[in-house]
Amino acid sequence: MSGAFVVALRGVGKTFSNGVVALDRLNLDVWPGEFVSLLGPSGCGKSTALRLIAGLSEPTRGTIEWAGAAEGARDAGQIGFVFQEPTLMPWATVAANVRLPLKIKRMADGAQPRVQAALERVGLADCAGAYPRELSGGMKMRTSIARALVTEPKLLLMDEPFAALDEITRFKLNADLLSLWQALGKTVVFVTHSVFESVYLSQRIVVMTPRPGRVFTELLIDAPYPRDERFRTSAEYAGLCRKASEALAGAMTAGDA
Amino acid sequence: MSDVRQAAPEESSAGRFAHRVLRVLLPIAVLAGGIVLWDWLVHRYQIPPYVLPGPRLVFATLISDWDVLSTSLMVTLTITIEGFLLALVGGIGLAVLFSQSRLVEYSLYPYAVILQVTPIVAIAPLLLIYLPQQGAVLACAWLVAFFPVLANTTLGLNSVDHHLVDLFRLYGASRWQLLWELKLPAALPHILGGVKIAGGLSLIGAVVAEIAAGAAGAGSGLAYRISESGYRLAIPRMFAALLLLSITGIVIFFVLSLVSHLLLRRWHESAVIQEV
Repeated sequence: MSGAFVVALRGVGKTFSNGVVALDRLNLDVWPGEFVSLLGPSGCGKSTALRLIAGLSEPTRGTIEWAGAAEGARDAGQIGFVFQEPTLMPWATVAANVRLPLKIKRMADGAQPRVQAALERVGLADCAGAYPRELSGGMKMRTSIARALVTEPKLLLMDEPFAALDEITRFKLNADLLSLWQALGKTVVFVTHSVFESVYLSQRIVVMTPRPGRVFTELLIDAPYPRDERFRTSAEYAGLCRKASEALAGAMTAGDA
Repeated sequence: MSDVRQAAPEESSAGRFAHRVLRVLLPIAVLAGGIVLWDWLVHRYQIPPYVLPGPRLVFATLISDWDVLSTSLMVTLTITIEGFLLALVGGIGLAVLFSQSRLVEYSLYPYAVILQVTPIVAIAPLLLIYLPQQGAVLACAWLVAFFPVLANTTLGLNSVDHHLVDLFRLYGASRWQLLWELKLPAALPHILGGVKIAGGLSLIGAVVAEIAAGAAGAGSGLAYRISESGYRLAIPRMFAALLLLSITGIVIFFVLSLVSHLLLRRWHESAVIQEV
């Protein structure tokens, strides 16, 4: 495959100053509009890969190429990032938290309708004036997603966003994230260590080996969308999860070797 | 989404009101009891006023000497507030400077500590040699008060959620935006903690310096009145001045607590009333 990737990692390596090799010769192409998951055990560098794409960290080897741009050109407005934690400012209301990216980028004019639209997309239109401490864990994460969407980015990077939530909330947010993705046509790179989550959400799963982080294998999940609760309980889903689990187990052995 | 805000249970609001009344009434009752006991002791044992004046005499002196005492109160209050404001500006300003430049922090922080750990009573006589008296007293108030602001602000600026810092970097925030929109608000609870301590300490600094200045200068602050009254055995006036100093300290504490509460009540755990 070649051509119109959104972003491509070419032989990317990252060695931290304490000598830990987080990533080693990682190759990854992200295609426009796709939902791709990076699946691997903790310590496989999947979060590091996401931070490199976001420009929060610089690779020590290799390059990151962007579609239709010279090397290194990365438009901050084109990336939305959702962290493991909701990462909200506790002193600001939900609306002010969602408005933050626009404020930093000095796009305050006409921010209000965009903030309102982002809140409506995640089902928090009525909570604009609430403070983060008044929200449940799931609602905080929705606020965080609304903030990532408010600049209308092409690429949404999500770093284990639902790992700290209870299962019921996680299932609900998984389903809502899929509807958002289908409605908005964003490209999503989703980091997770959950086989079940990655199979439910993704079109493509990139399985990574731990220490050093490398691509072990890729799985295509060709089950049709929309995927709903029926899909989650289907034999097809169970089979795909078994395949993904085997791939993950293989990656673990490969990493240990 | 009506369930977002934690609804206060109806039945507990009456109990909470009673609790608040108790918190106000009990200290007042203790105070009243103490004054009655004091008055009774002075009369019962016929203690002479130059040893221990009764509360009624102290109060009468407060009124009869009000001209002198109120002037002194204003002097001390002015110095305290000036020292406090300078400590605020100096402490927060220096902490922000430290957070912007490691080199400045490494160069200056040890000296901030040295200024803090050297007892102010020992520095005051020196300052009185080099500065005019009012200046020396102000410098003492500032020296004592500024370090808690500096230390707490530094701690606050350094304990910002690093994911939020990443978020600001992701959107290309400037240094100024990072400081103004993220670091200072995040540090606010710490800063206010330092400010509360500084309020009380600037009064202590002013008093210590006035006492050290003693008869050497033409000072007329409350602490100067206390030592002057001591020499003259005007003990009731000494008590009256002491009473004014205490009240000043209490007022400073309450005003700063109120400011802190108003700034934090919507979001910070320390200011939020938890339902149990």
